[in-house]
Amino acid sequence: MNSLLVAAGAAVGAPMRFLVSHWLHTRFAATPITGTLTVNVLGSLILGLLVGAAVDGSWMALLGTGFCGAFTTFSTLALELQDAVTDDRQQHAVVNVVLHLVLGVGAAWLGWWLTAG
Amino acid sequence: MSQPATQPDSAFLLGIAAGGVVGSLSRYAVQLALPHTAGSFPWSTLVVNLTGAVAMGLLVAFLVARPGAHRLARPVVGVGVLGGWTTFSAFAVDTVTLLETGHGGAAAAYVLSSFLGSVLAVTLGSIVGQRIWRIAS
Repeated sequence: MNSLLVAAGAAVGAPMRFLVSHWLHTRFAATPITGTLTVNVLGSLILGLLVGAAVDGSWMALLGTGFCGAFTTFSTLALELQDAVTDDRQQHAVVNVVLHLVLGVGAAWLGWWLTAG
Repeated sequence: MSQPATQPDSAFLLGIAAGGVVGSLSRYAVQLALPHTAGSFPWSTLVVNLTGAVAMGLLVAFLVARPGAHRLARPVVGVGVLGGWTTFSAFAVDTVTLLETGHGGAAAAYVLSSFLGSVLAVTLGSIVGQRIWRIAS
């Protein structure tokens, strides 16, 4: 049962990640890097809210493991970092890591803090 | 891999969704096989993120070596499967949980191994992929 819920959440989360990046790109001329950062920060905030509220079982399978897991990505982030390092744009890689740590982990912490209290 | 290279049509989005389901269910299986409680080291997340980065390096090497590859190869495998297999949200929450349970050292090791490890993993996949598809072509 939980597997079906993970699948359902992922079926929405993965295309939504693409659509958010695509929309930011076409509407605001955002770079692919800011697209990845945006979905990762948003997804971390949502998962933080869920974990802080001690959501588990079916809802966690659907929204946490399925949706947030598929909406966010580490493989694209890793590729962006490796690209920057290979192209001798080390400072871009460092900025991307710092933004992901401050905004991404920060968003997870904020979400958790908002619902855990 | 999430950059909009082509105008997305329904096959493109369905391919991403299908790939995302496959990747996410596989990640869920790893999570069930390697469960971690609050405060213990999140091996399952590290495993999916590092292996996903190796696979991403392989995929990019393949797409560079095979410019005539199917147009859905990148959305299905790169955006869908690998995007679903890897996760940033679990990484972020794992890090917060380690910090909140007083495991600062483990949190630092986790962050460092995830970021540094994933860059090395993409490089590894890319080198191996270039060898495979250069020899094959």
